[in-house]
Amino acid sequence: MRKMLTIISNVLRASTKKNGAQAVSEGARVVVSSRSYADFTPQASFDIKGCDLHRLEEGPAQQAVLTREEGLQYYRTLQMMRRMELKADQLYKQKIIRGFCHLYDGQEACAVGIEAGINPTDHLITAYRAHGYTLTRGGTVREIMAELTGRRGGIAKGKGGSMHMYTKNFYGGNGIVGAQVPLGAGVALACKYQGRNELCVTLYGDGAANQGQIFETYNMASLWKLPCIFICENNKYGMGTSVERAAASTDYYKRGDFIPGLRVDGMDVLCVREATKFAADHCRAGKGPILMELQTYRYHGHSMSDPGVSYRTREEIQEVRSKSDPISMLKERMLSNNMTNVEELKEIDVEVRKEIEDAAQFATTDPEPPLEELCNHLFSNDQPLEVRGTHPWTKLKSVS
Amino acid sequence: KTSAASLQMTVRDALNQAMDEELERDELVFLLGEEVAQYDGAYKVSRGLWKKYGDKRIVDTPITEMGFAGIAVGAAMAGLRPICEFMTFNFSMQAIDQVINSAAKTYYMSAGLQPVPVVFRGPNGASAGVAAQHSQCFAAWYGHCPGLKVISPWNSEDAKGLLKSAIRDDNPVVFLENELMYGVPFEMSEEAQSKDFTIPIGKAKVERPGLCCQISHLHIQLLLSSLLPSQFQVINLRTIRPMDVETIETSVMKTNHLVTVEGGWPQFGVGAEICAMIMEGPAFNYLDAPAVRVTGVDIPMPYAKILEDNSVPQIKDIIFSVKKTLNV
Repeated sequence: MRKMLTIISNVLRASTKKNGAQAVSEGARVVVSSRSYADFTPQASFDIKGCDLHRLEEGPAQQAVLTREEGLQYYRTLQMMRRMELKADQLYKQKIIRGFCHLYDGQEACAVGIEAGINPTDHLITAYRAHGYTLTRGGTVREIMAELTGRRGGIAKGKGGSMHMYTKNFYGGNGIVGAQVPLGAGVALACKYQGRNELCVTLYGDGAANQGQIFETYNMASLWKLPCIFICENNKYGMGTSVERAAASTDYYKRGDFIPGLRVDGMDVLCVREATKFAADHCRAGKGPILMELQTYRYHGHSMSDPGVSYRTREEIQEVRSKSDPISMLKERMLSNNMTNVEELKEIDVEVRKEIEDAAQFATTDPEPPLEELCNHLFSNDQPLEVRGTHPWTKLKSVS
Repeated sequence: KTSAASLQMTVRDALNQAMDEELERDELVFLLGEEVAQYDGAYKVSRGLWKKYGDKRIVDTPITEMGFAGIAVGAAMAGLRPICEFMTFNFSMQAIDQVINSAAKTYYMSAGLQPVPVVFRGPNGASAGVAAQHSQCFAAWYGHCPGLKVISPWNSEDAKGLLKSAIRDDNPVVFLENELMYGVPFEMSEEAQSKDFTIPIGKAKVERPGLCCQISHLHIQLLLSSLLPSQFQVINLRTIRPMDVETIETSVMKTNHLVTVEGGWPQFGVGAEICAMIMEGPAFNYLDAPAVRVTGVDIPMPYAKILEDNSVPQIKDIIFSVKKTLNV
């Protein structure tokens, strides 16, 4: 049967367009859908790095099953995220994006892996390096880029900017280092309170990991058994300060003390996914919070105003790029297991590039928010009110 | 509870009743803070609530203000309606980032995507003999920030009606109580005894009509005392932000004089803001004398009774200021 399908698909492939969408041959009347070329492996199992464990008897499985569909979807999202951040870099250098811009390239496996390990009905909150999560949590590239350029089509209508993007079940985008951690535990409290089988993923960086309010949150989350997955994205540098210079203990997965923890290879999307699933199971079983440290790396500096080479060597950056890049890792896995081919991946690249270009076009041509809306959105569900302007004669109006 | 109109209720009990009624009315409302549950509240404002509603709705927190204020804000973002008690507002300073940056600004930053229906309440300002670190008034600090509503109730009706409104409001509200008022009884009208009694946020009340305008968000007690000549109009601000400028302007245009009274420090305070607003508005031309502020003394609060008594506005200070303003 398989051989026959191969023959048919070969014949049809020869007679259809390169895109190979729905192909119907007059003679055979067989419909071959675009991506299920019969000679690709539908799924494969991969050995993944084990996790260091803290207060846990066993960790996530050291094997991950990846289907072709999943692989292609992860690849597309990883690539979209990468290209989106690089485009933002470009627009920033052209001064079309202003202010703060903290780019995520290099860390994509974290956002994609986490999303693959939770449900859309779960919740997530992170700090300011948030563009990747805005994407995985349902934002479109268009509205993310238009927010960066401060236009009315932005995800926050141009009022938030890079650090303040929100979608359903995604609470930003937070500018104050560490403040998002108690917020995340509060979201988890709401999940538990309302009896929904949902959890909150609460992210912070290696720099934030020393904040007092995080330890306050560990305490309450543990006391009250909140369904909260604390995740430390350790990219080795808090702005320009390496972890060794900032933390007396750099075992961030142990810093939760009484909270079980695991240290995960954050450059491998499958590792991140399996660890997240493991952590999610822990929370959903009512065992309380759990902590994951994702060891990852950012190619850019802390933000666009940081060249990123005064506190680390170019060699280090290059080494990570060549040996641990998350996109390359996935690509290599899929190609060497015949789950896809170079052409198919190139097609995805072309589609991604087009979507990014369209988004950038929109982000640079969409008009800025209208001045009439300057004072709107002060209060929710409220009467319109008058707002003081820069001098007593300006009477500005605010509506909810 | 009697059905007669003359029911006496302390401010403490009015606050308690407000929270009890709102907890009963809406499952999503809950109270968290230090000692609010099993201790019945540090100042007994939440007495009986834990026994009635249990652990899920009345939550004792560890002594970690920044953490639990953030948790309250996060819970509000995810759909609950928390009441976050600060044992006193002095301790809110440890959590002020969560109140301002996480609560107040979020609805605006998200262009209306993310409301934050949280109430921060607790005693504010001077108490008795608690010294400098426990006596600060935060009305000006919180009143400064767009995105917050800031309320300062006086009597029991204020306390009940405004707290119910605050809890029902979909926005972050800072509710500044006063410890010295907790035990003071006031008459509760029949209307105020109702479970649906609310007072609108953002409207001041003319407590006593008269010829000369005074305003206070505290010390109404003093102003309404028989020591102060009865022709002086007294306005109870009730809400610091958004401030009801119109009521003040109308009063000034009628009485031609203005004295503001507050417990907090003078510089950059609530009184300063009122004077600036009157200067910039239509009422300025009706003033027969400059508007004047009566405030706390510009020092950290001392401990010794004689010093403490002379650090806050007394009735003699108010009368003196009024007479000076009237040039009598």
